[in-house]
Amino acid sequence: MSEKVEFLQGNEACAEGAIAAGCRFFAGYPITPSTEIAERMSERLPEVGGVYVQMEDEIASLAAVIGASWAGVKAMTATAGPGFSLMQEHMGFAAMTETPCVIVNVQRGGPSTGQPTKASQSDVMQARWGSHGDYEIVALSPSTVQEMYDLTIECFNWSERLRVPAVLLADEVVGHMRERVVLREDVEVVDRELPEEGEEIEEPFPLEPDDHVPPMPVFGRGHRVHVTGLTHDERGYPATDDPEVHRKLVRRLCNKVRKRAREIHESVGYDFIERESDLALVAYGGCARTVLEAAEELGATVFRPKVIHPFDADLVRKLLDGYEVLVVEMNLGQYVEMVERALDAECVHLLGHPGGYPPTPERVIKEAERIQG
Amino acid sequence: MKREVRISGFGGQGIVLAGVVLGRAAAVYEEYNAVQTQSYGPEARGGASRSDVIISDEEIMYPYVREPDYLVAMSQEAYDKYAPEVKEDGLIVYDSTLVEPHRDDDVEHVGVPATKLAEEELGRRIVANMVILGALRELTDLVSEEALKRAVEDAVPPGTEEINVKAVELGARGVRE
Repeated sequence: MSEKVEFLQGNEACAEGAIAAGCRFFAGYPITPSTEIAERMSERLPEVGGVYVQMEDEIASLAAVIGASWAGVKAMTATAGPGFSLMQEHMGFAAMTETPCVIVNVQRGGPSTGQPTKASQSDVMQARWGSHGDYEIVALSPSTVQEMYDLTIECFNWSERLRVPAVLLADEVVGHMRERVVLREDVEVVDRELPEEGEEIEEPFPLEPDDHVPPMPVFGRGHRVHVTGLTHDERGYPATDDPEVHRKLVRRLCNKVRKRAREIHESVGYDFIERESDLALVAYGGCARTVLEAAEELGATVFRPKVIHPFDADLVRKLLDGYEVLVVEMNLGQYVEMVERALDAECVHLLGHPGGYPPTPERVIKEAERIQG
Repeated sequence: MKREVRISGFGGQGIVLAGVVLGRAAAVYEEYNAVQTQSYGPEARGGASRSDVIISDEEIMYPYVREPDYLVAMSQEAYDKYAPEVKEDGLIVYDSTLVEPHRDDDVEHVGVPATKLAEEELGRRIVANMVILGALRELTDLVSEEALKRAVEDAVPPGTEEINVKAVELGARGVRE
């Protein structure tokens, strides 16, 4: 059977997407509103020959995931805000060591323990900047249960292609709702490029070209590799005093993602519904469901990105230049800052809506009418 | 066609499961879209339980119930809390074993002694949720009887399919007569 129609929670669909993408290792520490992902992975992984480990905390969870990935296995963890904060140390380690892995963050209200059972989109900037240092990651934001499945697969694929941590930036709205979902068997699955088994690798971490993704010499295949979070040269050995090595290394870590921004957006996709209007609404994730409904009623154009990071300023300019733009998000303004940098900032407005629920379409319509005077 | 359904009662009655079954019937076994949401956390403590389902032949964007067309109330607390929100031309189906209705306008009410029927006819109080779901289906035609039964068979614990399907039939018969 090549596909199966189910009625699932977003979190359950995420776990199914991970399995379909080839994930065979999960380490995590259950936390609302992401717990159903860990629960389902604990059931499903043993069925497909994988391993599930419940860890002592979120720091250890991502550490175990990174270890599994270097052992050659696709690996994932799932959490919410407080756990995502703890994972930041290892987000940086994964970026520096170019370790493919998937981190699901089902966002809830914060800061701190905040609102465990309520929805939020306030970790958008943390997903990109949460760890110290110069790095880039991929972050995708699903608006439906189907996208919890599809974008989990995309997270694995982009993580494997670019050797970066990929974040499924979900929220409680889509994590907990149930909808129809088609679980396809014939999904496109990307595996990291491996060097030939036993090959002596002189330069596992080349510094050039500046957007290069080197093959990954995973453990147990006869390579000798040194993996470190310190600034390292081509051979993988610490070179912390050489400014040129550091500059080239971090430039490559960033550019391998940044230079592929358009490719990622085109491949993952986005909604752009163009209408005869001076107004364009922008929203992503669970909140976008409200905004799509409001835009239809207002007769306004609407842009719904699925890729949150890397941001593609040129694409946003191409689509939205000349509009009055209203960004709606479940925080006090995060994605909007990137939109402001891409467009004439005076034309960009924000409806920031923390509190635990997306705004109603009526609330969005009221705001749109207000800014249009 | 777009209908907002709220199923409510107290913890342990299978309120969430009833919503999941209804949503599944509509989304998997009919050509509808359906979204199910439920109460979590402190809201779901202290006995109250709520499971919301939106069924539509168009795409469902905003996922939350705003003004229910249909309310199922399986506890007095749930009735008191949610009955005032039901649309004027809506329908309230309540478990007459447990609920004393009091909304004083002419919104349509149908009482089904679901808990009593489940206990007396099937010897299992626990299937009262399926009795009242069968009644709701019979009264509203939200989904076909066949679709509902198939969804019940998928969603209930293995080995209890038969008694749950019987409960659905019992509820339907209860309001037909």
